[in-house]
Amino acid sequence: MTGADRRAAAAARHRLLPEGRVAGPMPWVIAIMMFLTVLAAASGLGLAAAVQSVGADLAGRATIQIVEANADRREELSGAAARLLRKSPDVRAVRPVDPATLADQIRPWLGQDAADGDLPIPALIDVELTPGATAAKVQRLNRVLAALSPRIRVEPHAAFLRPLGSLLTALGSLAAGIVLLMALATAAIVVLAARAAHDSHRGTIDVLHLMGATDVQIARLFQRRIGLDALFGGLLGFVTALLVIILLGTRLAATGSDLLAAISLPWTSWLILALLPIGGVLLSTLAARWTVLRSLGRLL
Amino acid sequence: MKGRAEDGATRRFATPWALRQPAPCAMAAWQGKQGARGRINQGMSAIVQFENVGLRYGLDSETLSDVSFSLHGGGFYFLTGASGAGKTSLLKLLYLAQRPSRGVIRLFGEDVVTLPRKRLPGFRRRIGVVFQDFRLVSHLSAYDNIALPLRVAGMAESEIDASVSEMLNWVGLGDRGQARPATLSGGEQQRVAIARAVIARPEILVADEPTGNVDADMARRLLTLFEALNRLGTTIVVATHDLPLIGQVQGAQMMRLDKGRLSDPTGALRYPPRPQGVAVS
Repeated sequence: MTGADRRAAAAARHRLLPEGRVAGPMPWVIAIMMFLTVLAAASGLGLAAAVQSVGADLAGRATIQIVEANADRREELSGAAARLLRKSPDVRAVRPVDPATLADQIRPWLGQDAADGDLPIPALIDVELTPGATAAKVQRLNRVLAALSPRIRVEPHAAFLRPLGSLLTALGSLAAGIVLLMALATAAIVVLAARAAHDSHRGTIDVLHLMGATDVQIARLFQRRIGLDALFGGLLGFVTALLVIILLGTRLAATGSDLLAAISLPWTSWLILALLPIGGVLLSTLAARWTVLRSLGRLL
Repeated sequence: MKGRAEDGATRRFATPWALRQPAPCAMAAWQGKQGARGRINQGMSAIVQFENVGLRYGLDSETLSDVSFSLHGGGFYFLTGASGAGKTSLLKLLYLAQRPSRGVIRLFGEDVVTLPRKRLPGFRRRIGVVFQDFRLVSHLSAYDNIALPLRVAGMAESEIDASVSEMLNWVGLGDRGQARPATLSGGEQQRVAIARAVIARPEILVADEPTGNVDADMARRLLTLFEALNRLGTTIVVATHDLPLIGQVQGAQMMRLDKGRLSDPTGALRYPPRPQGVAVS
């Protein structure tokens, strides 16, 4: 079959089901569904990236607290602890927090008196551990530092950020659930649209059927048309959602927050988002085919 | 009645709708194939066999009861009977729009009652149907309506164009190809329906009351068209209650339905064959 033949055949098939592709509500409904699906997927993927990023940042970090009321003794213990930590093979970096920085941080809540040294404030040392087996390393540091003084505590950062991680994971799962529900709703809409199209073209179908058209031939007419509708709606929804995501990204970056900045989309996430309209078209086409074949199966 | 296709292979088919010109190449090829098939069919056994066929819609009493007959390739058959006698139901069984409630139907030598559903389209493509209400697709032009069976058969558009143009000329609608059915007269619609039914070279043409909505002159012209097709080897089955019309086709067989039961006035349609010496009831 030549190219001209194929084009003529396609035009003839198009004439068989006369309603224009974007005339009905289905492309617009699919556009809305795709818009929401892409937003939900982007949220889920962004949150997953944030969980990963925050987890990776915090998993290998700990803060050493020296809770000693006597300032001289506290300073002495802090120095000894820092020396011990620097010798430890589990530790990659040791950064004692400057007392002046600490005082600046607590001044807004406890006032000038606390910053003047009237209130005993623990000395803090930020520790960055070597990668891997964080829990075992924290345990070893605990043992070594406890031998130096029982007033020294090791606080792994992962422990106090775990609830936040759980929250982000839950939100990510919710987003994945929404994507799944959207896919189901889209399939349901397509099934209803295919049934309606099948009913409205019943006369044409009966004639084709009696001329010897196979079920697959008739189903192809519908699946092609619904696939084109889904492609139009899917692309419209996808592009609109993309613009919204880019806009939100610039707003997040403008906040200057490290946590919010962690919500980012790596290239793999963009790839997954780009696959959504393609998946939408495939889903719609298959749903239409299944529906029409099922209806035709009831005929002789 | 014997098949009437013996002259179909040699006779050229003049256009019956006033276009008295030699048949162009596409039609000539069509004639050649039909003629050859007609000759083959004539020597073969019946291409349609109904054996004790009954049809019941839902829980109603039987619309058709104990219908038995056989049709031979290349024959011309009329099916008559009063309104409600079951003519359309019988034709529906014949063009595979319906399965019988009981009995055996053999088409082209195969039992189509037990045939898997997926094999039915192949049989339907061998049968052309002219529906009582034409069933033209209203949003398609006359050209596209006639082209439908060829598109269903997967023919290339370039070949379709030649065939459809020939067919439009053949039925005298060469200049009306782009007209929608709503803009065509009843007679023109009927000719489009006939052209659509025969364009894919069916072995059997089934027409349900084709003269029901046309005047006497148009009825005569339609019959001329069917006779021309029959001469090319197509088996014609026409359901009608127009008895004078039947007399106009020489050698045609007649079946009569009465309250769903078939009588066979000529005796030649009986299946299994009537034993010699037994009178036709």
